[in-house]
Amino acid sequence: MADTLVAHQFDDMDQQRDAASLGMWIFLATEVMFFGGLFAAYAVYRWSYPAAFAEASHQLNALLGAANTAVLLTSSLCMALAVHAAQTGSRRRLMLFLALTMILGSLFLVIKGYEWSHEIHLGLLPGATFTYVSPSPAFSATQVEMYFMLYFLMTGVHGFHMIIGLCLLMYLMVQAFRKRFTPDYFAPVEVIGLYWHFVDVVWIFLFPLLYLIGSK
Amino acid sequence: MQSVSPTAELPRTGRVLNYLNNGYTARSWLLSTDHKRVAILYLISVTLFFFAGGAAAVLFRLELMTPPGDLVQPETYNKLFTLHGIIMVFFFLIPSIPAVLGNFLVPLMIGARDLAFPRLNLLSWYVFIAGGTLTMYAALAGGVDTGWTFYTPYSSMFAKTHVTAAALGVFISGFSSILTGLNFIVTIHTMRAPGLHWFRLPLFIWSIYATSLIMVLGTPVIAVTILLVGIERIWRIGIFDPSLGGDPILFQHLFWFYSHPAVYIMILPGMGVISELITCFSRKRIFGYSFVAFASIAIAVLGFLVWGHHMFVSGQSMYAGMVFSFLSFFVAVPSAVKVFNWTATLYRGSILLQTPMLYAMGFIGLFTLGGLTGLFLATLAVDVHVHDTYFVVAHFHYIMVGGMVMAYLGGIHFWWPKMTGRMYPEWWGRLSALIIFVGFNLTFFPQFILGYVGMPRRYYAYPDEFQVLNVMSSAGASILGAGYLIPLGYLLWSLKYGKLVGENPWGASGLEWQTSSPPPTENFSTTPQVTQPAYTYPHTEELLLG
Amino acid sequence: MIFAQVNFAPPQGSSLAPELDALFYYLCGISGFFTLLIAGFIFYFALRYRRRSGQEMAPTVDGSLNLELIWTFFPFLIAMTFFAWGARLYITSSRVPPDAMEIHVVGKQWMWNLQHPTGQREINTLHVPLGRPVKLLMTSEDVIHSFFIPAFRVKQDVLPGRYTTLWFNATAPGEYHLFCAEYCGTLHSGMIGKVHVMQPQDYEAWLSGVDVGEPPVSAGERLFSRLGCITCHGVRGPTLAGLYGSQVKLANGQTVLADENYIRESILNPSAKIVAGFQTVMPTYRGQLTEDQLIQLVTFIKSLQGARQQ
Repeated sequence: MADTLVAHQFDDMDQQRDAASLGMWIFLATEVMFFGGLFAAYAVYRWSYPAAFAEASHQLNALLGAANTAVLLTSSLCMALAVHAAQTGSRRRLMLFLALTMILGSLFLVIKGYEWSHEIHLGLLPGATFTYVSPSPAFSATQVEMYFMLYFLMTGVHGFHMIIGLCLLMYLMVQAFRKRFTPDYFAPVEVIGLYWHFVDVVWIFLFPLLYLIGSK
Repeated sequence: MQSVSPTAELPRTGRVLNYLNNGYTARSWLLSTDHKRVAILYLISVTLFFFAGGAAAVLFRLELMTPPGDLVQPETYNKLFTLHGIIMVFFFLIPSIPAVLGNFLVPLMIGARDLAFPRLNLLSWYVFIAGGTLTMYAALAGGVDTGWTFYTPYSSMFAKTHVTAAALGVFISGFSSILTGLNFIVTIHTMRAPGLHWFRLPLFIWSIYATSLIMVLGTPVIAVTILLVGIERIWRIGIFDPSLGGDPILFQHLFWFYSHPAVYIMILPGMGVISELITCFSRKRIFGYSFVAFASIAIAVLGFLVWGHHMFVSGQSMYAGMVFSFLSFFVAVPSAVKVFNWTATLYRGSILLQTPMLYAMGFIGLFTLGGLTGLFLATLAVDVHVHDTYFVVAHFHYIMVGGMVMAYLGGIHFWWPKMTGRMYPEWWGRLSALIIFVGFNLTFFPQFILGYVGMPRRYYAYPDEFQVLNVMSSAGASILGAGYLIPLGYLLWSLKYGKLVGENPWGASGLEWQTSSPPPTENFSTTPQVTQPAYTYPHTEELLLG
Repeated sequence: MIFAQVNFAPPQGSSLAPELDALFYYLCGISGFFTLLIAGFIFYFALRYRRRSGQEMAPTVDGSLNLELIWTFFPFLIAMTFFAWGARLYITSSRVPPDAMEIHVVGKQWMWNLQHPTGQREINTLHVPLGRPVKLLMTSEDVIHSFFIPAFRVKQDVLPGRYTTLWFNATAPGEYHLFCAEYCGTLHSGMIGKVHVMQPQDYEAWLSGVDVGEPPVSAGERLFSRLGCITCHGVRGPTLAGLYGSQVKLANGQTVLADENYIRESILNPSAKIVAGFQTVMPTYRGQLTEDQLIQLVTFIKSLQGARQQ
């Protein structure tokens, strides 16, 4: 059984698992650089327009943001427990924790979607629909629009990663259901777990940078 | 001059199954996950891109024969040099050695059956083709006129051409780079044959490893940058345009943070090829193996620290300029180390001037000049004068064409018998190597002088006093163009009529020469065991130098 | 002979040019030496050690630590001489002499608009006196351009949304090329002009022969009162007298140099750098002023003399 799970180019299971795990770490390094570019743009403009960024940040619902942080952290915990279950060969627990991770991940997206629709309703989506009027002479609506461009872009890219993560979890679920994982073969669970934690960590940076600036 | 000694027996009669005759259907190629077949797919595609980019260059070199703009419209001229730059950088140079020779050779050189992720490898070719198709669509549908650098706010707010489609094409092809780099790094880390530890690896592998580091860490940044340009262009939201509150210099920082390391994607693999060629045709171990190996890594790492030297006159602070200039000079050190070690490798070698060796020697000379003129550009006050002139154009063509393309052609000739099982015609090979060398220097050396005298780059029309040098350059370009067509002809000819070769026609060391030519689909019938350092050739005595 | 028509070097028209050429030729010398050295070794080795029989073997040479150290250290040392010399010249050429005459440059697709301190305007030509430092204060109305005078060995990108400066001291009378060096669109290669270096008395004669527009300082003064700047600055707001060139303490504790870009930013984006002890009440003037008007306003504010209270 285990032998057929080793792809032809690999000598053995260990080599295959090392390759999968290293591949994911390198992929995450590229992701860090990708988000790094966005964070660099954020840093430059927050430095240039501190007042506008603080004001724009107050338009967000920090409470929902905090709730989402909690949701995502809990989902990461479930993911870690799922990996542990796969390691110990407990299929029932594996499927349970995968399901919990997916539910929490989906909940995050629902809350995020609610926030987005509210913000779009308030006319904060940059572009033609942007109707925000600056209340103070000290900064212009353009600068606030720039903040919201970064906000929608960064949370959008993050949300896109979440959706991909949910698809991957779904794939794991199907594989677990078909009894593909054994204590000897669970590299996909481990590797997708790494990805999930990474997406979580990105949010840990996004939350304070987007929601909590300029609050006294 | 005698020909190469056939050290291995000629192929047995009868059909031996190899990766080429293992299926002839389009499906067996287009859905193949065999790294060797994917390499051939890349070879065909980058060759097409190379000649497309070259055709654009021919047209604008014709335009530049006379001072006034008279052959094409200025818009057309701008689209031509942009197309040339985008195609050559993103769709020829970046994938050339890594995706063609790297794909073919990395598993063979480390004694593996394939890359770690064969399906990902095939996917990256499709991603590359998707990006390339989109960019070519942009070119044919009306063109792009921003220059390959896409400087804002011109690209994001002012250009009226198909910037979005072209940028999206580059964005997509970037993922191909990332996937290829990732695949190489994992393969080199986890799939080396027993006994093949890091310091026994061929130097080509070291250089591909260094290149891959840049691909996985640099490319995502250009992806974000292009994404931001696209957003500003489509939705008119200020990011880089100051009239909307943006900062155009931020674009340049992000762009060069990737694109300077990317310049090293366009030379490091070439350096790796040269190390293979020099050793084989001197029948000698490389001089200072570990210095050459670490020089590759040093160049890759330093590449991430020096992007600001593209911006000495862009309005960044004087102190930033000083720091970037200072750091840039550090790149000179590993580059010089490589050149000196290659030259020293020739000392007391048994040197044979076959075509690949001619390319290698051409590479060393041209790279030396290209690298040294890079120091002019790192020198602050001098850069202020020659920045954005033809001096820069000449410099980077010495590196990219004199360096990378020479190495690529040398590598293609060297591994051609391995890839196809047949030898190219040697006499034609030497002739075209010579023609390319002469044509190249005639094209680009005058451009150093043009730049110093003050001719800005990307100029459609120019003052009369620059004409003589421009005519020389255009004349050289026609020789160079002919020089590139000859190998295309005889390499295709050799596919059918070339002499059949055995597994090791050059008498080279290296695992790729220990399997049949062309190699079987699984590369090796038994996993090879490695017991010796790289480039162990039969030798006379051990020489000790001080 | 056709090469008689070829220039191998641009004319030397400024005080910087001979100094830069000396450095350039030093670099050429070193580069030529190393290129020939390497090429010479390659040719010599290729001939001397050419393979004479198919079975010939070479000795194994593993490398030499001493040689590696030599060719690591010496190239580095030589590179550092490039750096030091280049940086020294760069610093000199970045420091504008305080007595420099200031000319305003506004670039746009595809022309150069220039204005002399006395108000005369020019397009794509620049007349300057011999032997007097000239400072260019430059900005762009659209994309990035670059102001390049090869004969003076000076080049500076001209950016939209901020000022960049460049200075030179012309040393030889004559007519020189002016190029745009940063690609700026369709007629990039048409964004060129001439720089005329004249004897001081010829320059004065030229100035008096050209229609005098309003000098930037007085135009700026009219704007200053028309926009109502006067109602706050000097009363409740931070005083502007002696501002230019001083160090300004900000509300966040930092100190910045009040240069042209600081003044420009304070007009367009007042909240970016708030002077210590003041509130953010100034409205932004973004979108209400042309580049020309902004330069006039900045020039007027720069002209306000007086002891600045710290």
